Amino acid sequence: MSNITNEGLILACSAIGTGLAMIAGLGPGIGQGIAAGHAAGAVGRNPGAKGQVTSTMLVGQAVAETTGLYSLVIALILMFGNPFISAFKKL
Amino acid sequence: MGTDLAGFLGNLAGGGMLLAEEQEGVDFFIHELMPLTFLGDGVYLTTTHVCTLLVVLTIMIFAVVARIKLNKAKEIPDGFQNFLELVVETLDNFVHSTMGKIGSKYVNYIGALFIFIFLSNISGLFGLRPPTADYGTTLSLALISFVLIQYCNVKNNKFGVVTSLFQPLPFLFPINLIGEFATPLSLSLRLFGNVMAGTVLLALYYGLLPWLVKLGIPAFLHGYFDLFSGAIQAYVFSMLTMVFITQKVEE
Repeated sequence: MSNITNEGLILACSAIGTGLAMIAGLGPGIGQGIAAGHAAGAVGRNPGAKGQVTSTMLVGQAVAETTGLYSLVIALILMFGNPFISAFKKL
Repeated sequence: MGTDLAGFLGNLAGGGMLLAEEQEGVDFFIHELMPLTFLGDGVYLTTTHVCTLLVVLTIMIFAVVARIKLNKAKEIPDGFQNFLELVVETLDNFVHSTMGKIGSKYVNYIGALFIFIFLSNISGLFGLRPPTADYGTTLSLALISFVLIQYCNVKNNKFGVVTSLFQPLPFLFPINLIGEFATPLSLSLRLFGNVMAGTVLLALYYGLLPWLVKLGIPAFLHGYFDLFSGAIQAYVFSMLTMVFITQKVEE
């Protein structure tokens, strides 16, 4: 354990943080599934409104997806533009 | 830290911490092609600029060809003219069905926005790096939309812009203000995140897997990430811009 460098520790913790950040992918998945399920039900009751139901569902899903994409951006920052490494190097 | 974050979002090329840049074959970074000097600062001509120029060039050539063809437009359309009328009619219906009768003022902006974002997103099919996978592009687009939304707000509500911030209860002012300024952020991050995710996934697929699985299967991935996701995101971006404008006008 004693031969872990400081940079290595930061990188390892960043990797764990990346994984934890992507847990936020759960929420949009559930939300989009609910939206798609209700849309399927709506089309089943009223097949004539298929076009409108689909476009409403897609916009709603895209908005619901936003939180997941925030976590994706955090994960990308941790993976490829790690701010902690550069903060450490400035110390 | 602030500059690091801006540096990352503006240019993914600098980092490469975990997945080092010397990783063979994996390439979704923005490359710095040509150093330039602008107002005493060193800036770079990047992949994004080249790809944006190519996309804009495509749109311009298409527009010029359409203009020349329409000079001798026929009463009964055929071939190319049919296609042009289809595109214009689809965009018109799209805007009018969402915005109602105020729509005709905004058809030009929304149509241009939609066509640019859509062509940018599907440019991954032609081997370009999509310009919308750069936070600089999406933030600019979202800021243009934000300025238009706020212009409509001020023009239609005059002093009501200030009072509506204190609306349900006075102490909600900070939350309302943040909500106003979160609009461009969420618009731009949604587009950037979607296109960037597709770009990263495809780059990893092409870079890390054996050649056997690269036959045929990427066609479906391109179909989903570039065509489907790209069209949806272009649709959503212009749709949300329209919804926000309509909200402000009808308040």
